[in-house]
Amino acid sequence: MPTLTAAKKSPRLAARSGRPAPELIFGDLWEFDPAPESADPKLKARYELFIDGKFVAPKGGKYFDSINPANEQKLAEIALAGPADVDAAYAAARRAYDGGWGKMPGRERAKYLYRIARLLQDRAREFAVAETLDGGKPIKESRDFDVPMAAAHFFYHAGWADKLDYVAPGRKVAPLGVVGQVIPWNFPLLMCAWKLAPALAMGNTVVLKPAETTSITALKLAEIFQDAGLPPGVVNFVTGAGEVGAAVMNHATPAKIAFTGSTEVGKIIMRGLAGTDKKMTMELGGKAANIVFDDAPLDQAVEGIVNGIFFNQGHVCCAGSRLLVQESVAGKVLAKLKNRIRTLRVGDPLDKNTDIGAINSREQLDKITALVAAGVKEGGGMFQSPCTLPTKGFYFRPTLFSGVSMSSTVAREEIFGPVLSILTFRTVDEAIEKANNTAYGLSAGVWTDKGSRILKMSTELKAGVVWANTYNKFDPTSPFGGYKESGFGREGGRQGLLDYCKLV
Amino acid sequence: MLARSPQAALQRLFDEVGSVDQVGIEERVAKYGTRSIKKGAKIWGLKTAVSMVDLTTLEGKDTPGKVASLCQKALQPHDAELGVPQVAAVCVYPAMVKHARKALGSDTAVRIASVATAFPSGQAPLKTRLAEVKAAVADGADEIDMVINRGAFLAGEFGEVQDEIAAVVTACGDATLKVILEVSELETYDNIRAASFLAMRVIRPGDFIKTSTGKTSLNATLGNNQVMLEAIRDFYLDTGIPIAMKPAGGIRTAKQALTFLVAVKETLGDAWLNNNRYRFGASSLLNDLVRQLEKEKTGAYQAPYYFSEAAESY
Repeated sequence: MPTLTAAKKSPRLAARSGRPAPELIFGDLWEFDPAPESADPKLKARYELFIDGKFVAPKGGKYFDSINPANEQKLAEIALAGPADVDAAYAAARRAYDGGWGKMPGRERAKYLYRIARLLQDRAREFAVAETLDGGKPIKESRDFDVPMAAAHFFYHAGWADKLDYVAPGRKVAPLGVVGQVIPWNFPLLMCAWKLAPALAMGNTVVLKPAETTSITALKLAEIFQDAGLPPGVVNFVTGAGEVGAAVMNHATPAKIAFTGSTEVGKIIMRGLAGTDKKMTMELGGKAANIVFDDAPLDQAVEGIVNGIFFNQGHVCCAGSRLLVQESVAGKVLAKLKNRIRTLRVGDPLDKNTDIGAINSREQLDKITALVAAGVKEGGGMFQSPCTLPTKGFYFRPTLFSGVSMSSTVAREEIFGPVLSILTFRTVDEAIEKANNTAYGLSAGVWTDKGSRILKMSTELKAGVVWANTYNKFDPTSPFGGYKESGFGREGGRQGLLDYCKLV
Repeated sequence: MLARSPQAALQRLFDEVGSVDQVGIEERVAKYGTRSIKKGAKIWGLKTAVSMVDLTTLEGKDTPGKVASLCQKALQPHDAELGVPQVAAVCVYPAMVKHARKALGSDTAVRIASVATAFPSGQAPLKTRLAEVKAAVADGADEIDMVINRGAFLAGEFGEVQDEIAAVVTACGDATLKVILEVSELETYDNIRAASFLAMRVIRPGDFIKTSTGKTSLNATLGNNQVMLEAIRDFYLDTGIPIAMKPAGGIRTAKQALTFLVAVKETLGDAWLNNNRYRFGASSLLNDLVRQLEKEKTGAYQAPYYFSEAAESY
């Protein structure tokens, strides 16, 4: 029999002999110099509304500031739309639909979408810097994820536009007409692309409201629409806060409304639309379980956990914010996680080495701070990365809560920040029950070496997306959407197109 | 019978040390390449990398003259003005150790490493391999780079693999040992992790595990480097025993070397960012490091002939 020579000293032995437990040093021996991305974002001092193919001043003459959350400095003024502007936008969308976009052969619409995608690629660096300045996300994410993925959505749906006869086999499809859309601040450009590309490919025209803290890249995208020669009124952008969103959602014109944002606001919108014949899709909050079994490759699981919760500062509706880890490996996983988050670089979002950027707004920072305080008060064991934070701007340390129970605030409420709650389980059934014991059902992750278990879990988990041995992977071909209070309707893939058409 | 089969032995070892997901680890290491190392950080990284080089010549046509010029290059990689440090060691065949010792002298910080144990295949009787180690040490080698018995590993004979490493440890005396896993012949990341643990359990604090001989198709990659760094980290946190690491073969450019160092910084931390704990087995890398240092100083790339370009002509 082969014999294995045992390790020379276990940590328990080391502890018993009075020596401190071995630790890794993540210090400043090799500190990286600043490496800021230098591309010009080509920002205007003032952004108008985009209605009927033109940039127009708001009828009320009011503007609000868009600031850079990384340093709280003003970036640009954004037009504040009033009800009359929303009326004008819908009127333009109606004219564009009746005037030809809806009847245009799909292969012609495809040409516009391809052109938009290519123009976006041409200006990718400029858009990445603008997105980072406006929203606070690290440049490596806007450069490597947001902008390329936005272009990918236009490319993918351009491909569908002349193949709409195959979206619903055996049936013909027709556009719905005018569509109203409201999008959130966590992926401003990408959400724009998610919403616009399928709507346009199918032949609808759109009135869209970006989030008030992140309107800039949508309005830069409007410049691309002009350059692409997109017919006036096919896409209209109205900017402002909640009351503008309400005006877009509750307007009489749209045949369908699509919303991505919080569950709370989603419910208000649904109440407002009750009794109308409007179609709706809602992509709302989440509190996803990321489930790690004891046979998982632990170091890669830790990478997936980190990517799951710290991607985009945790401002992700499908973030893996509840870690469910099998009791037998819980200590090991927690120790590995602590070491891993010590090496995350928090700071200037424009620095190419930054892993975690700025929180999107003071309001969101306050919300995260309050929920974390509640977590501490309820007795969760908190660990935060000891990193230094910039003195100006909105930042929050990567945070872990261990020993969390299902009833804790931090295990139930969507925090939408870089905060991970760690719970344990013993058996597969317990993992499934805990994962499903939430009002949400947008996404989940499963980490195991056992293929059959992945299949069982993906069947039993009530979540729109289940990632196996990976997390936060997106593709235009893959439908995305929720169960329960995470919403309904799908975006992406053939299923996403079906939500923008009627069967005839 | 089943319990004695190689598969069962491998399975037990995997269960004990854990597995590695190929897709996940390759995704992780791809991120090291996106780190942007500029200005002072770049100069520090380049100089540190120079100080970690095991400047290597392992050819059938090596001569005392070639080894002597290699030693000169090791002592002074470039003209003194640039402030380029000496490399960590020269790495030669056992027959060349005495020539290297003569060229370097006895009063030098540059160490002599020698690839003993029937390098690169290891397919010689154990007695022969141990004799080779002892001869190299007697001729003045400070470090021995051995190859593990991959045949025994793949057959599940872990006791044999470990016993042989232990025997080489003894034969080394005071010389530092580097255990070459020859990752391309182990093929999977799971095997590399398991073999790392087998080796670490019988070598001494400060001894190395090393990726490759440089004599097979696939050498050091960020992926197998990462698997071994993580094994070293887990072993250290478990036992307090620091094991050193040496990727070898295939690292030719300064950019690659910096990326490997980023992996060290973010996996093992500051205590491994020195040549007692991390080395590069390389020949042409040194000149690219020097070229980049020169570029940082002057802002322009110099012609190749400023750097005694080819490893052939050190």
